[in-house]
Formats: sequence, structure tokens, C-alpha cells
Amino acid sequence: MSDTALKPFRSKWHERFVTAPSFLWLLLFFAIPAVIVLSFTFHGHTANGGVGEWSLSTWRELVDPDYPVIVWRTIRVSLEVTFWSILLALPSAYAIAKLPKKWRAIVAGSIMLPFWTSFVVRVFAWKQMLHPNGWLQSCYMGFLYAKTWLVCWFTGSPGMPDISTVTILDSELAVVLVSVYSFLPFAIMPIYTAAEKFDFSLIEAARDLGASSFYAFRKIFIPGIKTGISSAILMVFIPAIGSYVIPQMLGGTNCVLIGNKIFMRAIQNRNIPHAAALATLMAISVLVPMLIAWWAQKKGKKQ
Amino acid sequence: MYYPYLMNNDFLVFDHVTKKFGALTAVNDVSFSVTKGEFFSLLGPSGCGKTTLLRMLGGFERPDSGRIYLEGKDITDLPPNQRRIHTVFQNYALFPTMTIWDNIAFSLRLKKKPKAEIEEEVDKILEMIQMSDHAWKYPSQLSGGQKQRVAIARALVDRPQVLLLDEPLAALDLKLRQHMLLELDTIHDQVGITFMYVTHDQGEAMSLSDRIAVINRGKIEQLDVPARIYEAPQSRFVASFIGDTNFFEGEVVSIDGNYCTIQPENFPPISAYNDQNLKVGDLAQLSVRPEKIRVTINPPTPEKGAGINVFPTKVKDIVYQGVYTKYWLTSGSTQVAALKPHSRFLLDQEKITWNDDVFVWWHPDDSYMVAK
Repeated sequence: MSDTALKPFRSKWHERFVTAPSFLWLLLFFAIPAVIVLSFTFHGHTANGGVGEWSLSTWRELVDPDYPVIVWRTIRVSLEVTFWSILLALPSAYAIAKLPKKWRAIVAGSIMLPFWTSFVVRVFAWKQMLHPNGWLQSCYMGFLYAKTWLVCWFTGSPGMPDISTVTILDSELAVVLVSVYSFLPFAIMPIYTAAEKFDFSLIEAARDLGASSFYAFRKIFIPGIKTGISSAILMVFIPAIGSYVIPQMLGGTNCVLIGNKIFMRAIQNRNIPHAAALATLMAISVLVPMLIAWWAQKKGKKQ
Repeated sequence: MYYPYLMNNDFLVFDHVTKKFGALTAVNDVSFSVTKGEFFSLLGPSGCGKTTLLRMLGGFERPDSGRIYLEGKDITDLPPNQRRIHTVFQNYALFPTMTIWDNIAFSLRLKKKPKAEIEEEVDKILEMIQMSDHAWKYPSQLSGGQKQRVAIARALVDRPQVLLLDEPLAALDLKLRQHMLLELDTIHDQVGITFMYVTHDQGEAMSLSDRIAVINRGKIEQLDVPARIYEAPQSRFVASFIGDTNFFEGEVVSIDGNYCTIQPENFPPISAYNDQNLKVGDLAQLSVRPEKIRVTINPPTPEKGAGINVFPTKVKDIVYQGVYTKYWLTSGSTQVAALKPHSRFLLDQEKITWNDDVFVWWHPDDSYMVAK
């Protein structure tokens, strides 16, 4: 309201001129490629890896019982990664924002420190750490035995199932764990930026009115930084959906995600239209629920 | 040990409270008590420790030594949410993500009161602060005065034992401040809750308080009713911090019954009421309020002028201030400030202008003797 009142008069041409670079960027590197990818899906493929004639054969090939499983697994893993990243980022960002000013920059900087090492090298390091002969695996086995024994004891089940072959490596757990490790800085940074601007006297006011620390954190701090949280969700969820390196190196055959399938079709099978169709399928699977949620929220607000 | 400030059945007691921040002693061995329902002010310059006192009462700081009692219960170590003490913050600290209604209902919801009761109480207090029409707005849509009223309502709605107000009017403009002063007074009368008011503005403290504690460098300089703080300041700091005053310092040269004569440097001898039972040769400090001094072109008639202080001076500066005019007068190298209300301006035979030779005169009872 006050924004429009304060905005000085500017010509339409002026506005177009200023927004032209970002508009062009979006057009060249987002809109046109998206249309190209979509159009590929309506082509067949040639034997030497090219894009063939107009046909619906690619979409027909997509009726593979594996794909819904992989799409659902990708969404589930991404949601899990997002959930744990945000859950860990919230107290971290709160703690950093509460530090004295000179410490804040140092700690926030050290969160970005891992980026000095190549992403692939770091994921490879995890592969070593999660090795079946490694100590993390031993710890996990101890935990797993205790858990299985307890479950059997409570349920009264006579024999314990064989868990000796269970490994962290080549499992969904490894993918979620390392994805959270990789994407956590992307969750902390936007939340920290919002938390730094947050007026902590509001927490004091809530405490003063009788709220416990946790209640104040939940009812005052979290709503106060919700813009930071929503950008953190996007910053983690989007790369997690497209994740390829981590499931490739740590997921083995047990946690193949859509990114791996796209790679397989595009590079190994040299079937570009099929890869494009998979990418489109994934985009639709994410966009449709989001649009429904957005529409429902809008409808809810009107009432 | 006898504490003059500790009475029986005291509602709120600060008992030898000290708080240090590193090398700085913010509150230095402060003791006082507040009676139930009182409007009590902590008045002092910024950095004097008044806000630290308030924060210790709210539970946001812990004293290094000393105890705080509320209704006979030691509350020194209780966290803020376990004290029935609410604060009106200087920046209001309204929750920006909640509506006015939700802001006010915050403390009631925490107590898990029945929904109908919460609705009734919130609506009642919204009506009291005349904000019923704004219940579904957000804090960013309100003006400063409205935010102020909401902050007060939010703190009052679940009827705390003490309401703390931390410079609540500092962010408002003059007109609104005067209006809110009246409103605060009305609210205090309506709810009958003990108010603890922190301010650096002596006008606010004077017009609202039952009692004022004047604080300087972490210590209470004087704790008294407003009129005595102004008329009978116990220290030079209190006399100069509360209102304007003229100081004269000198030796007692003669004593005549209840009155004595003091000889300041660079000023004629001044007659004063001997409040402190000083003897000849003792050093005395006098505070003479500008409004007690009359300024006239002609000296007072002999019968009017008998036994009072009359001094010839020269007008150095005249500051017109609407309700009154302030004169800066010199006698030798000493400056005297005097106020003259305008009702008398018209009655004066001659208008006083710059560089005029005039007489200043005041009664010896108005030369107030300051203890230290």
C-alpha cells in the first residue's frame, strides 16, 4: 500500500529496460530449454542417440512399473532430506543469530567451509566412512541389533530376523544421511539470514507473558522467520529432487532416484527423448501437488 | 537493623540488590519497597541503572547479590514466565505475525483458560482501550499510540501482580505523549494493579507517580512523593535533574533565629531558611527555583521587601516560551534564571527588554538548602 504511494512515476519503457536482462535470462536459459525438453518427449529416438521423428512412442514406453516407484522414492527421499535439514537448521540458525556480532560472521563462514572441497570428493569420503568394515557401520549394527531385539521382545516374536547383511552403504539411509550433510548449509543460510533480522525482544516479551522458552521458539520465532524457512525448503528440496551424484555413489541398486534413471537413459541408452520424458514426468509429479496445495490455500484464505 | 524504606506488609521489596556488568556496577546495593496498587516511578538519566532494576524484576537479569520479594515470596531466581509480572516494552514488542486480538489473548491462551472466558476478557480490555474496531488488524497497521495501548492491554489482560512500563511513551510525539499520560493514569485507576514506571522524563514521573525513586549511578538519591522531590530535593543531583534551578554555594556568615545568611562567591549575601541547623562558618548549598524569583524594573516596596532577598541585576537574555518567559540575569559573573508567567506581563508598567537593569527578589523560605 505504502509502496505504491511512495513509488515515483516511471515510464513503462523504463521498467521494461530495467527488467529486460533478467527476463532475457529466464527466456534463454529456462523457458526455451523447458519447451525444447518438452518437445523432445514427442519424438522417437534414433539408433545413434539422436532425436527422431514426431511420435508418441516415447510416452508409450514410459509405462514401466518401475517408474512410479522411483518417482515416489525420489519425492519421499527429498521430503525426508528437507525435513531433517530444516529441523537441524532451525536451532543452528537460532544459536548463530544469538551469538555476539563478531562471532556470527566467523561461525556462519565456517558453515560454508566444506564448499572449499569438491562436492564429489566429499561424497566419496562418505563412501569410505560408511564402508561395511568402518566404525560407522559397527555403530549402526549395534544400534540395529538392540532395536531388533527390543522389537522382538515387545512383540513376542520367537526368532530374530537375520540382519547381519544390512549395510548403511547402498541404502536409502546413506542417501538421506549424506544429502542432509550436503544440503544443510543451504538450509541454515536463509534461516540464519532471517533469524539475524528477527527482533529477539519478541522472545523476551513472550517469556514475560508466561511462555516457556520452547513455546516462544515455536509460536514467535518460527512464524517470525517463515520467509527464511520457505526459501530454505526450496533451497534443499529442489536440489534433492534432482540429486544424482549421492544416490549414484551411495545408494547402489537399493536407492535409484529419478536423476540416476535420467542419466542412464540419456548417456548409457542414448535415448534423449526418453530422458526428457522422465524429467517432464518428475516436474509434473512435483508441480501438480504444489499447485493443488497453493490453490487450496488460496481458497481457504478467501473464506 | 532498621531500614526506613522497609515497612510491614510490603508488597514488593528490593533488599540490598546489586548487579554488575563486568567492571560497571549498574545497580549498587539498592533497597526500597513498593505498596500494593501504587504507581511507582524509577526516574534517572540514561545509564543510571533504572532499566536494570526493571529487568531484574521482570526476570531477565539475575542480581549478583540481594533478594527481591513479591508478596512475601522470594522471586529473585524465578524465570520470567513464572512471575506474574508483565512488561510494556519501550518498542512495544507486539508480535508482528499475530493480530491485535491474538496478541492480547497470548497470555490467556498460555494459561489454557476456557475459550469463552478468553473471548470475554479480550473483548472487555479492547473496549477499555477503545480498540475494538482494530481487533483483526496486524501491529504494522497501527499508529504509535495505538500500538502503545495494545501493548498495555496485552500486559494487563491476565491481571499481573505488577505491571512494568519501560519508557513507554519515549517513542511518541509530544501531543500523543500528553494524551497517553492521562490514559495511563485512568487505566491505573481502573485496574488497581501496581505500576512500576521507568522513565528519564521528570514531567512524566511527576504527573503520574504516587512516589518516585530518583536514581543516579546505580543508587537511589531520593525516594519521595513528587512534590517533595521537586520542592525538597535531598541532593544537588536531584535538584538539578528535576526541573531547572539556581545554585548558590557559600559559607554561613550570620544566623538570625530560623534564618541564616550565606555569602556565595561573586554574589551578594543571600538569606535562607536554616533547614540544616548550620552554624556560622559551615558550607551551605542553596537551590532557588526560577519560578520562585520575581523580576521587576522597580524594587519592591519597603513593607513588601522587608526581610527578603532583593538584588539588582542586568537582563542578559530573554527566551519567550509561550506560557511564560525565561529571563537570564547577571549579577557580576553570576547568572540567575527566572521565570515569569505571562498573566503578569501585561500588568507590568514597563516592558522588560534586553540589557535592562532589573531587580530579582525571592523569599528566604524559597532558598532551599540542599543537604549534599
